[in-house]
Amino acid sequence: MSERFHDITVSVNGEEVRESVDARTTLVDFLRETAGLTGSHVGCEHGVCGACSVRVDGAVVRGCLMLAVQCHGTRVDTIEGVADSGEIADLQQAFVARNALQCGFCTPGMLLSAQELLAAGGVPSREAIRVHLSGNYCRCTGYQAIVDAVEAVAKARAGAAR
Amino acid sequence: MKPAPFAYAKARSVAHAIELLAQDDARLLAGGQSLIATLNMRLSHPALLVDINGIDGLDRITAKNGHLELGALVRYAQAERSAELARRAPLIALALPHIGHPAIRNRGTIGGSLAFADPAAELPACVVALGGELDISGPQGQRTVSADDFFQGLFETALAPRDVLTAIRVPAADADIRVGFAEFARRHGDYAMVGLAACARAEGRRLGGLRLAFFGVGPTPVRARHAEQALAEDDVEAAVRALAQDLDPPADVHASPAVKTHLAGVLLRRVALQLSQPS
Repeated sequence: MSERFHDITVSVNGEEVRESVDARTTLVDFLRETAGLTGSHVGCEHGVCGACSVRVDGAVVRGCLMLAVQCHGTRVDTIEGVADSGEIADLQQAFVARNALQCGFCTPGMLLSAQELLAAGGVPSREAIRVHLSGNYCRCTGYQAIVDAVEAVAKARAGAAR
Repeated sequence: MKPAPFAYAKARSVAHAIELLAQDDARLLAGGQSLIATLNMRLSHPALLVDINGIDGLDRITAKNGHLELGALVRYAQAERSAELARRAPLIALALPHIGHPAIRNRGTIGGSLAFADPAAELPACVVALGGELDISGPQGQRTVSADDFFQGLFETALAPRDVLTAIRVPAADADIRVGFAEFARRHGDYAMVGLAACARAEGRRLGGLRLAFFGVGPTPVRARHAEQALAEDDVEAAVRALAQDLDPPADVHASPAVKTHLAGVLLRRVALQLSQPS
């Protein structure tokens, strides 16, 4: 079938969503405009800024570089989902405690990327944290506190795991 | 911006993809990390996207007959996690962390990078440095093309409009294989201003079969053949001087030809050091 419109079924934050989508609709536009989840932000729309980061089948991807139609049959987790489930409660708390943001536009993507790094286990070096978050750099330069927050959570989780 | 309208079809097999590609203005969609960006910017506007994600058997990493074979749909992140790849293709393992960012590597594919053939991309140079070969399926059947013949010009490869790149093969490394990789980028994960991938066989102080493949300095990966001869004899400074003969980088938004040639020399010294030690 070579059509413009396709019926898709996607699990968004654990909830089944069925929609007919235009093939050209990106995943992030689908989430924001059809599913009403505006926590994933639209920044550069060419994969540079990372503000649109979401998880598809457990892997963080650019929401602007994947089409909604490609997500048929997948599980998509957005910042709303991981926030509501409590999965990143400690990370959110650390960002608040250290004021780890300036305008906050990049924050949802930062949190998802940081959580992917932390979920791999261990305490990453500050250099490794910076490299991992390099795909979410925007323009405020307020990254020192973000690295502090991610490092603090890594240490706290490693301590708790002992 | 948003993409112009297009139709979409999910290919069930390589043969099905080739069949779908018969339509005018059809393009293959693999990881999409370059293609969808160009769609969003309306730099390209195909009539049909043929999605090859999910075709069975194209996402495998297999060791066979002294080679390591990577299916075209192997994603960078999957390759990074592969112990088999780290052991048998250490050059690619060195290059992978430089490609984009983790979220890009979760989605981007080995085959997509090679088929797109960005002149500043890491993998095309790695495959040239390794003397790899690429398997292509098309309406007339299957064929294999060497990496040296695959990259033909700026974003131009041996792939015809209805061809599908299915796999790449590189010679598996053994204890005597030495590899080196270095690049300059303004920010980690950006495309390189200049980069170098190298592979050789240690023969005492000499380096046998040395291949130096620069990227970001021309329309395709560029072999530095004069520098290879000098470096094979362990004369690093002569190799750096020889780059003036080997490279003729065009000016781009990052740097002038003189700066790029200088940076190529700096990278060559770093890579020479890596090649002098077992990988």
